[in-house]
Amino acid sequence: MFKKLKGFFNKNKIRHFFLGMHFNDGFLYKAVIYLLLIAFSYIYLYPLFFMIVNSLKNIDDLIDPGVNWVPKTLYFDNYKRAFTVLALPKAFFTSSWYVIKVSVLTTFTSALVGYGFARFRFPLKKLFFILMLVTFILPPQVTMVSVILIFRKLGMMSSEATILLPAFLGQGFNSAIYILIFYQFFRTIPRVLDESAQLDGAGPFRVFRSISLPLARPAIIIVFLFSFVWTWNETFVTGLYAGGQITLPLKLQAFAESYATIFPPGTPGAELNEAIKLAGNVLTVLPLLVIYFIFQKWFTESIDRTGITGE
Amino acid sequence: MKRKIKNFFKKSANLLYDFRIKKLTPFWKKFSHFLTHNFVLNKQETHLVFFRILKIKITNRRRESLTGYLFILLWLAGFLVFTAYPLVYSFYLTFQKAFFNIQTGINTTSVGFTNYKNVLSDANLLPLFANYLGKVILAVPIIIVFAIIIAVLINQPIKGRGVFRTIFFLPVVISTGPVLGELILQDATSLPSLSESGTVLSIMNKIPGFIAEPVSLLFDSLLMTLWYAGIPILIFLAGLQKINKEIYEAASVDGASPWDTFWKITLPSIKPLISVNVIYVVVSMSLYVEAGGILDLARGHMISGTPDNLFWKGYGYAATIAWIYFLMMVLIMLIFIGLLSIRKRRRY
Repeated sequence: MFKKLKGFFNKNKIRHFFLGMHFNDGFLYKAVIYLLLIAFSYIYLYPLFFMIVNSLKNIDDLIDPGVNWVPKTLYFDNYKRAFTVLALPKAFFTSSWYVIKVSVLTTFTSALVGYGFARFRFPLKKLFFILMLVTFILPPQVTMVSVILIFRKLGMMSSEATILLPAFLGQGFNSAIYILIFYQFFRTIPRVLDESAQLDGAGPFRVFRSISLPLARPAIIIVFLFSFVWTWNETFVTGLYAGGQITLPLKLQAFAESYATIFPPGTPGAELNEAIKLAGNVLTVLPLLVIYFIFQKWFTESIDRTGITGE
Repeated sequence: MKRKIKNFFKKSANLLYDFRIKKLTPFWKKFSHFLTHNFVLNKQETHLVFFRILKIKITNRRRESLTGYLFILLWLAGFLVFTAYPLVYSFYLTFQKAFFNIQTGINTTSVGFTNYKNVLSDANLLPLFANYLGKVILAVPIIIVFAIIIAVLINQPIKGRGVFRTIFFLPVVISTGPVLGELILQDATSLPSLSESGTVLSIMNKIPGFIAEPVSLLFDSLLMTLWYAGIPILIFLAGLQKINKEIYEAASVDGASPWDTFWKITLPSIKPLISVNVIYVVVSMSLYVEAGGILDLARGHMISGTPDNLFWKGYGYAATIAWIYFLMMVLIMLIFIGLLSIRKRRRY
């Protein structure tokens, strides 16, 4: 018994347990890595925790410096107010419907253009491809002065068309990334499949629709999801061209004003405090969080699947 | 009842099918025949004839080019209308005093380089430009280093990799402009212990203002800045997973410590990705619109500008601000990419 124990606490064994055979497979090494990762995760998610916790505080808890992470009472009244100010759930549906329209158009065009760049040789292809990539670093603010004039001339100002048309023409927000994703993806699909369909008499568009597009399902899902999220989050261009408050974040931007009209100042308990604003923020990102947790695999594996890193 | 509904659907499907076969298909055939056999364009066995004069031989190469152009046609049209032309026109506007009037449209008068001079001596804009420059130049290395550290940590043989990946990618999904603005406003984005500690404050008071300002700006929104690392982390991670594991084994057989392998194997193999990430981070940081920031002011000048307004100076001024901003952005990217390539040359 004693011998066994002694054997268990053998110096070497303990050392191996803590430090491992190669140092990087020991307990100590792993503990440090977990510790670091958890610490960084905490720092990383701190604003999110802050937002959620503080949105549940009532006024007393907000002022009380002793209440930090755990509110004394869970105060859901903030959410009720934010709900009415943001005009949920109607605003949610109009906002998502608009974003879905933009995303579908973006995905369609990106697939088409990505396929064109990946499959065919044509003069000036390199130049166009580089120009396409360069549009990524071009801020929309540089072109806004003239784009706004174009929209005014076309009479499309302050309508959804101002966002839908550029999205359909592959010039929407971050379009270059989506085209690049499809480009990389279509290059990984072997040409042999296309050629066999061509021998059966299919034209290039038929090949694209019946062979390549079904194979590109992962790319389609990834582009659609990213387009959804980024269109939802985009406020500058959307607010400027389409105007109004067609998305939830735009409604959030005008939160204070809408609040003042719905709960006029002077009525009891009508002051807008931080907690109510944060509740509005939580409600705005909530749909995104839900989407993220349903499709998280698609988001986090997007870069592996599309092979942006290599080649 | 059920059968009735079924029959109804069957019947209507049949009707649709008949309509397609008997009416639509012949029509399409005629229509496409007309498209390729008319005065302007006449398709013969091996030649395309335009206007009965111009004969072009159909080769495989030409057919492929044409199909390629058809595929990118949407993008090409969009690029010309919504990117190339606006780019040229907005550059032209930087040399103009331009105002929009609902009745008469855009009115421009040529003013030479006055807009540039005015922007570069604008008391509101100059500090904003300086802060932007300082903030991005400081933040990019921090973000890149942070992303590399996290990617290397996640790439270790540990459990729960997926969970950590999910956590560190989360900000990409939820960073909405107004939400970020609200969080910065409510001081949720600085490390609490950092902003309250006395030593940091006293250090900040001693260094000159033009350095202290961007530094304090950076620390005020440090967590938000780290949020830009979401996509770089994933890109680095994908790069790390491509490294051949045998290289690490060979190195550890030769007695290399993890420290050595990081500097000698890991870092050189993800180096090309650093430039990609620098570009991504600079672009996404620059596109964030702060209330009262440079981009917000440019919008204000554009929307509120009228000829007799002293503060809001119209379209030309807005275009100039945007162009200078864009040039600064490109400059920052070039500086970082230049630095990265210099180090490479010295090493090998």
